[in-house]
Amino acid sequence: MSNNDQDQTENTTPESFEDPGQPYHRPRLADKDPKAAKRAERQVAVLFGISVIGTIMAIWAYFGLRDMGDDVASIQQTNTMIGLGVVLSMLGIGFGAIHWAKTLMRDHEMVEERHPLRSSDENRAEAIQKLKDGVEDSGIGAGPDGVPRRGLLKGSLITALAIAPLALLVPQIGNMGGDWNISKFRHTMWKQGTRLARDPDGSLIKASDVTIGSAFHVIPDGLATLEHDRLEEKSKAVVLLIRMDPRDLKIQPGREDWSFDGIVAYSKICTHVGCPVALDEQQTHHLLCPCHQSTFDVADGAKVVFGPAKRPLPQLPIAIDDEGYIIAQRDFEEPVGPSYWDRLKSGDTTSEEVAA
Amino acid sequence: MGTQTTAAAAGTANYLDDRTSIGGFVKFFARKLFPDHWSFMLGEIALYSFIVLLLSGVFLTAFFVPDMTEVHYEGAFPTMHGVEMSEAFASTLRISFEVPGGLLMRQIHHWAALLFTASILIHMARVFFTGAFRKPREINWLIGFTLMILSLAAGFTGYSLPDDVLSGNGLRIIDGIVKSIPIIGSYTSYWLFGGEFPGTVLIPRLFTAHILLVPALILGMIALHLFLVFLHKHTQYPGGGRTHKNVVGLPLFPVYTAKAGGFFFVVFGVIALLGALFTINPVWNYGPYDPSPVSAGTQPDWYILFVDGALRMMPGSLFGLPFEWELGGYTLSMNLLIPGLIMPALLFGFMALYPWIEAWATGDRGEKHVLDRPRNAPVRTGIGVGVITFYVILVLEGSNDIVANLFHLSLNNLTVFFRFAIFLLPVVAFWVTKRICMGLQRKDRELVLHGNETGRIVRHEDGEYIEVHELLDEEARWVRVSYDDISPREFEPVVNDRGVERKGHRFEKAKARLSRFYYEDRISPVTPAELEEAKHDH
Repeated sequence: MSNNDQDQTENTTPESFEDPGQPYHRPRLADKDPKAAKRAERQVAVLFGISVIGTIMAIWAYFGLRDMGDDVASIQQTNTMIGLGVVLSMLGIGFGAIHWAKTLMRDHEMVEERHPLRSSDENRAEAIQKLKDGVEDSGIGAGPDGVPRRGLLKGSLITALAIAPLALLVPQIGNMGGDWNISKFRHTMWKQGTRLARDPDGSLIKASDVTIGSAFHVIPDGLATLEHDRLEEKSKAVVLLIRMDPRDLKIQPGREDWSFDGIVAYSKICTHVGCPVALDEQQTHHLLCPCHQSTFDVADGAKVVFGPAKRPLPQLPIAIDDEGYIIAQRDFEEPVGPSYWDRLKSGDTTSEEVAA
Repeated sequence: MGTQTTAAAAGTANYLDDRTSIGGFVKFFARKLFPDHWSFMLGEIALYSFIVLLLSGVFLTAFFVPDMTEVHYEGAFPTMHGVEMSEAFASTLRISFEVPGGLLMRQIHHWAALLFTASILIHMARVFFTGAFRKPREINWLIGFTLMILSLAAGFTGYSLPDDVLSGNGLRIIDGIVKSIPIIGSYTSYWLFGGEFPGTVLIPRLFTAHILLVPALILGMIALHLFLVFLHKHTQYPGGGRTHKNVVGLPLFPVYTAKAGGFFFVVFGVIALLGALFTINPVWNYGPYDPSPVSAGTQPDWYILFVDGALRMMPGSLFGLPFEWELGGYTLSMNLLIPGLIMPALLFGFMALYPWIEAWATGDRGEKHVLDRPRNAPVRTGIGVGVITFYVILVLEGSNDIVANLFHLSLNNLTVFFRFAIFLLPVVAFWVTKRICMGLQRKDRELVLHGNETGRIVRHEDGEYIEVHELLDEEARWVRVSYDDISPREFEPVVNDRGVERKGHRFEKAKARLSRFYYEDRISPVTPAELEEAKHDH
């Protein structure tokens, strides 16, 4: 199906079809029948009337319904009634105006010529000349009649303009980042001997409380009463404590004393983008992050078994103190949460601050 | 109108014109013609929902407190009594349960935002599929594209303001993506949050962006967008009497003043209906932000789903090949960069540049004011459907837990399926769409050449039965034959007649190849000669 078929045609047939022009205008009912027009007019007026009723209804709902009481249910009712008033108020005007336009306003399509957007050649030439004149007057370009070209001005102005924003931006950006101490990512509230507490009430956890198969959402003891940076610390320190049958647990090399009788503690902050890994699948010992479904195998060092995360959840080394409470042996050995560029670098100032 | 009112109007007009020469302006605007088509209302929906956003937003700013100071809630909503929350969350509860009309306005605001982003995308699709982005409207396409990006920014900054657990987790995801940026990631995170996540400055900062920076940019861009619409005059669908050199339609005053003005009230009314009757973002069920809890099946607002889907789909490692690399002691997280930054950059970059890509293939320099029927641009339509398929797969993956639940599928299998589908299905969709378009073009040719079946059977003298076909009338035929029949660009030889390599021949060769991709398979419109011949066949 190509246009080679054209070859056989007689010369009299035109190359292409001709534009038939605008179609005949079909009159509407209201154009032909004055009764229909009158009816349409009444309909439009009724619609505008509905709008007025809607407005009154909204105002009535605001004043009238408020006396019913201050409880949640009555304010919900006020909201719904004001809302329905607004609906009528708006739709009445809208449908009225559109109905008016569609039935009663003249609907003969008209034609307007377009003009090419390009300026005329004279205008272009004139514009270019004006710019040239300006360039010449300023001395940026060389003038024909001996006006010297001031190249130094151009260079210095561009330099000045290019760096001037820094005078505002440096203080602006500099202030916005607080103390810029990103080594805080490496440390959490966990220290040697910090007791594990339940989230959110802060009650302490004894090893005997943790039955096989159970899981606890854990915060460090003292977090709940922290005066400053409570949410910042909680964002890094939350831990999941799980007890498994010790026979199911594959102890990771080098972490032989990090768990206690099948009790393990892992960071709850996903190594993908930092959501809380909150869903515990008891049967499979899998932890699932509900945000992006990274799945970690608690039985095997919380390694990734599915999903977008790449690294295992960091493990918190735990022990039992004299009173039987579960405690941390020390802080996590790596930064918790998502990866970042300098994650493995320890250009670290905070640890000294902590030690001091 | 009474003579008194007329005189008053004339007096006012005279007063204004003496001081502003507004007469010329009115002369230019009042009877400006606009073509009529339902699909031209999609952009209007976007504009009107933005106005609704401004109106309801002003209401909300009177009561919302952008402050992250922790307070104990003691307000009207009993379930939350004693809970620690930020002032931002507490004031959101106050708006919802103590300010009459407050929850209505919150819900109107949220529904309007969802409609705003949706209508922008659908309007963009209309512009794309009808070729309305072609010369001279490429710049306006880019402005519209910028508005789309700004609408996402407006949506996301607003979504985060109540400081509830859902939006807080959304912010934490943003923080995770930001941290993955090489070299500056950690510092960018500090810059945004004023220190460690979540900090105490983010909500005030987002508030300023949400009520000042982003809306001001949107307003400016809308002004430019509409200015260019007036300057270019609106495009029109093909039909009798409509050419690239004219515009056929009805005047702005009174017809479109009534229709478009009325439509604003309809859009407002529909959004108000949603706000009055349908709960959206009930933050009191989620609770204030806390880094520890999260529940399954939670979803961001729909326009963020595609990024969330990409994040879910990207494996941390594939067949033992990890996507997080350690290079000289530094960490490069491709499992975050690809879905979080590279994919959106490529997708949006392609969308922004599309008018120029197609112009390279076409090589046509003329102004185009008559729209294409999508079937008459099979490759473009195919590309559009391919991109939409890509987007929809990401959105579905972004709600894969809900999809899996709904259809009783394994969540993991669904994700694995989407990992393949994201590469395969867009190509399949492109190819199928292109073929369907060409099929429709052939059907058009068939109709023009042989007309419609009438159902009347006639018996010839020699005993043969035939069904009488009725040829299309001129108007119906014109719609089907009046499209541009573009052939691929010819590639001129590498060396010119003096034996010298031509400058830029490589780029031209690429353009010629692109042009072949677009226009090699094509169905030409019926010519009068073909129609003559078809008549003789009977």
